[in-house]
Amino acid sequence: MSDQTLPLTDHAYLALVQKRRFYSGLTLLIFILLMVSGFMLADDRNAGGFWNGIGNIFAFPADVIEDASSRLELLPGHLVRYFPALIETINIAAVSTLLGYMGAIVFSLLSTRGLARWPRLIPVFRRLMDVMRALPEIVVALVLIFILGGGPVPAMLAIALHTVGALGKLFSEVNENADLKPVEGLASVGANWSQRMWLGVIPQVSPNYLSYALLRFEINIRASAILGFVGAGGIGYELKNAMSWGKGKFDEAAAIFLLLFLTIMFFDQVSSYFRNRLTKGAQ
Amino acid sequence: MEMHAQADALFRRKRWFAFGLPALVLVYLIYIFFAFDIPGLVDRARMDNAQKLVSDAYSYKVHVTRDNRNDETVVAIEGERKGTYDPTATPDWVQMGEETIIDLGNGHLVTFAAEGRVTYDVPNYGVIEAQINGRQIETNLGDTPPDWINASGTRVAITTEAGRLTITRNKTEVFRYFTGWELFVFTLDSPYYGHGLGDILFGDRIDPARSNLSGAWQDFWGNAMWRHAEVAWALFETVLMAFLGTFGAAVIAIPLAFAAAKNFTPLLTIRFAVRRVFDFLRGVDGLIWTILLSRAFGPGPLTGALAILFTDTGTFGKTFSETLENVDGKQIEGIRSTGAKPAQVYRFGVIPQITPVLLSQVLYYLESNTRSATIIGAITGGGIGLLLTQAINTQKDWEEVTYYIVLIVIMVMLMDSFSGWLRRKLIKGE
Repeated sequence: MSDQTLPLTDHAYLALVQKRRFYSGLTLLIFILLMVSGFMLADDRNAGGFWNGIGNIFAFPADVIEDASSRLELLPGHLVRYFPALIETINIAAVSTLLGYMGAIVFSLLSTRGLARWPRLIPVFRRLMDVMRALPEIVVALVLIFILGGGPVPAMLAIALHTVGALGKLFSEVNENADLKPVEGLASVGANWSQRMWLGVIPQVSPNYLSYALLRFEINIRASAILGFVGAGGIGYELKNAMSWGKGKFDEAAAIFLLLFLTIMFFDQVSSYFRNRLTKGAQ
Repeated sequence: MEMHAQADALFRRKRWFAFGLPALVLVYLIYIFFAFDIPGLVDRARMDNAQKLVSDAYSYKVHVTRDNRNDETVVAIEGERKGTYDPTATPDWVQMGEETIIDLGNGHLVTFAAEGRVTYDVPNYGVIEAQINGRQIETNLGDTPPDWINASGTRVAITTEAGRLTITRNKTEVFRYFTGWELFVFTLDSPYYGHGLGDILFGDRIDPARSNLSGAWQDFWGNAMWRHAEVAWALFETVLMAFLGTFGAAVIAIPLAFAAAKNFTPLLTIRFAVRRVFDFLRGVDGLIWTILLSRAFGPGPLTGALAILFTDTGTFGKTFSETLENVDGKQIEGIRSTGAKPAQVYRFGVIPQITPVLLSQVLYYLESNTRSATIIGAITGGGIGLLLTQAINTQKDWEEVTYYIVLIVIMVMLMDSFSGWLRRKLIKGE
């Protein structure tokens, strides 16, 4: 019996493998075709082509380095001068992370099954978070600049809004895994909803919350620098001004690049250190 | 006794956290309150701008304007040239002729009579008459008009719930407000303007030169005010930037990640060098890459795609190499024990393990990069980000801004569900 079925199984298995390989090969081919044609299309639509520009790619960094090195003695002064703007950028990121963090806690608790204050409204809060997450910060910031004028507040509000959506989704995933026993215990002694959440859920989930919030802070520093570039104050705004002075005066831009690079690296390292401690415990 | 002291210390610490941390946050927020000059914000905030923005986002106005120097009357949507009605085909609430009679609805009637005379019949108030006489405007309002009328010798402005009438020496203008987005489907010069969907699908041929369906599609797609074709292309360009940037970065990062992983590259110097490259790519950040690359390649989608590619090569390199360091050695050992060559070990021992993890990371970034591509597009000039900043900078096309915002939100949400679907399909094989 086995003499007959074995070759059959063998044959079927090989056919299956061949079919799978064919499909993987086809997927790969489609992917390569998409990438190549995509790059060609993007190249075609770009103002300067790729092959014209590739030779100039080091021209601008070379200009910046040349200007900076020819006036190296001014660099410390520039660094000091732009430091307050850097602080503003970091402040925007910090406040928006803080506000977004608090908003995200409320939204995530309101949209988690088993914890929600109004279970029927869970889909509403979820969709609200989806919209907040989908709105790029720049959209909100530009509209708010029109109403509130330039400065840090539009950027702060825009990033905070996005942070509520982004963190809220992650937090509600954390909440799903929270143990409900403390909540039930608190409910049995007559605690109201906010007491149940504050004393029963938050202590369980806050290490995970903090770890996500630190990662978000890193992202928000980058975002706040970018929003400055479109008029929302901080180091990005100074960078835009420094860029407009043109060749031969890029020494200030060099100082800003340096500040921005060091800041991002610094907060990257700090946050990854603390996140490691939070997830793997102290030591 | 010692336990007692320990418990006391623990409680002290907890108490510090419970009260100290919120207090610290509060102090910081107070500092920010003054550092960001929030008290001054109340003065600087332009609530009239906000009102204009909101009302413009869902409504539009039609201007009926008489030039008082040559007595010509023009009806135009938002006062724009592209939205000007043909004098023989004005909307039915404007009657052109010797006297132009404008019906603002609910009994409000404005009449542009001959020789600079204007009357406005306001229900429950009476008929306001105004006469332009040389440099002066004479009215029957008396000395104390109600507060919805702003009248001086040279300018009269009447604002009611139905619309607005302004009279100056040079022109007399009436605004009537409508809900909706004006000319969203067809512009006024299209023969299909004012025809319903039923007319176009089943009615007689409207434009003799073209079939209804193709003609209507051409006029909709080529709408000069809303530029649907351009907007669709811009959305595609934004998605293209995100796609090329994300997957390009993944393709470059995979081999580099092997060089940065401890278990695949025993040589410390190579590992260290590759990791510093990743740190540099991430640390320079999308903003600086965008500025730098747009200097070399000019504005456009390629610049945006490359900016995303550079930043994400660093991010992917870091996470991929961490994934590689966590691969299960048993599977590799098993393959090796069958006498497989190194290439086969990678193919059957490593790749199947890491593919799902890497793919899910890449697909997660695809959605977030769609948002980044919008932002980068606004800076470097490409895609929907550019259209959005242009519309915001005009400070009056808020209906277009609203339209773009809605499209962006839909685009990002679609990319989110697409990448989620792909992730499930490819990884779980559902």
